[in-house]
Amino acid sequence: MRKHLNGRPIVRGRAEGIAMVSRQPLGFWGGYSPTSGQIIDQRHERCGEFAAGKVFVFPRGKGSSTGSAILLQSIKAGCAPAAIINSNTDPILALGSIVADELYGKSVPIVVLGEEAFSTIEEGDRLTVDENGQVQVDRPGCK
Amino acid sequence: MSVSLSDSDRQMLDGRRGEGAKMAMSILVRMAEVYEAEELMDVSQAHIDGCGLMSEAGLEFAEALASKGARVAVPTTLNMGPLDLQNWREFGIPEEFAAGAIRQAAAYERMGCVPTWTCAPYQGYLTPRFGQQIAWGESNAILYANSVLGARTNRYGDYIDICAAITGRVPKCGLHLDENRKGQILLRLVDVEEEYWNEDGSHAALGHLIGPLAEDKVAVLDGMPPHVSDDQLKALCAAAASSGAVALLHIVGVTPEAKTLEEAFRGNTPRRVVELTRADLAAALADLSTASEGDPLDLVVLGCPHFSFSEFSQLAELLNGQSAEAFDPRVEFVVISGRASFSLVQRSEIMQVLNAWGVRVTLDTCPFHTPMVGPNVKVLMTNSGKCAYYAPGELGVRVAFGSMADCVRSAVEGRVCRKEL
Repeated sequence: MRKHLNGRPIVRGRAEGIAMVSRQPLGFWGGYSPTSGQIIDQRHERCGEFAAGKVFVFPRGKGSSTGSAILLQSIKAGCAPAAIINSNTDPILALGSIVADELYGKSVPIVVLGEEAFSTIEEGDRLTVDENGQVQVDRPGCK
Repeated sequence: MSVSLSDSDRQMLDGRRGEGAKMAMSILVRMAEVYEAEELMDVSQAHIDGCGLMSEAGLEFAEALASKGARVAVPTTLNMGPLDLQNWREFGIPEEFAAGAIRQAAAYERMGCVPTWTCAPYQGYLTPRFGQQIAWGESNAILYANSVLGARTNRYGDYIDICAAITGRVPKCGLHLDENRKGQILLRLVDVEEEYWNEDGSHAALGHLIGPLAEDKVAVLDGMPPHVSDDQLKALCAAAASSGAVALLHIVGVTPEAKTLEEAFRGNTPRRVVELTRADLAAALADLSTASEGDPLDLVVLGCPHFSFSEFSQLAELLNGQSAEAFDPRVEFVVISGRASFSLVQRSEIMQVLNAWGVRVTLDTCPFHTPMVGPNVKVLMTNSGKCAYYAPGELGVRVAFGSMADCVRSAVEGRVCRKEL
């Protein structure tokens, strides 16, 4: 099955990867390891799992403004998600990705989808994000 | 591009004011789009939080800006950094970590920042005025600037703060604008006796309680007695900005633009009214501790945010009042402060008391940003709501929250012992 969702490109770019979906917000400072790409917030439902290289789908960031520094460092270290899809704009995450683009010429595309579109993405979907904020969803095994 | 730029903005963006200013302006304009701001506006002061975390990328960012010739355009102070720049060797900090931190500090100082290195910038050099438009980082300082001083800042994170300092500009939106500073949520204290507020720890408990209730809205606090010290307001703001994301709390009778409840809301109807009782405060206080009464104590940390001169005075008085003459030998007693406050202490008799008791003073930094808390530390005690909130997750310790007097007595006893609050 293939469908297209239209979102707002917060940080523009192209990326593809497998969806890792959480319904809980995540603060990156104290929540995401920039050296391994692992979720480390012990109160988070995906704690211990790796989001590096995946399209990380979660509603929004939260907590410390040092979150942008963590995302920047993880992009540098090659341990960032391939792309981020949120349902709320989080300036802190946007900032980390924009600074990485200015500094290293590489960034994590960030797209914000409306609640309804956001909730249709499932764990394991193959997602392709484009520069205009369109998300192509391919779900294996469905016609 | 939807953001409308002034001629001066455009000159920076085009690189006519140097490569450093170009990079800073480019980040600002892209962030203005994220915020959906229509234009940029002037700020006349900045406080940098991005100098606090030690990471390779953070260092490279600061050095890139500095080497591209970026200089701050407005008076700019620095938050605490990753190192006690003068005394780091005494705290067993690894050489490699220190070398990076020293380079990072040098880059920020080269850009013209004032080396204040403190997370309590409102108690030292360059305190903003009422109504002043500023770009501040550091959650406790942001809340204090908006709520106590009546200056105007959004929550600026690492690394937009230095971009604002270099350009003197920020996206025109949020708490910089009158219409967004009206109260939205009412928090009303009921049945809290006046004496309660004399207890050290009561304001931190209140802050810890307020954080999640305020969400990211403009909250109005009614019913707190207005005779409150800077240090108590500091404790309140630090705790609230840790347990929540609040950036402006109108404290009726304290906040300059909220002398009355009506002024705080300015025509808005509260979308939510929450009553805060003595029982809620007691529950918040209990929630700040993960360690138990009687637990063996390893480390006391005071000064989160950085200790002021008057807090040092209070500590010296408490130490002088003890019948014992020393702390239990297993307990380390650390005070975190900034250079400005401590330089006053060094010229006073307080210094002899601190020395006699073996109190260790760390400047420029804090235990969350410099690796000074070893794995042998299991139980940490503090009178800070912020330190108590972050310590279990960030430092892997159990934490006991208590008043400054409780911290001193517990350090003497070698175990957690607190007066009932």
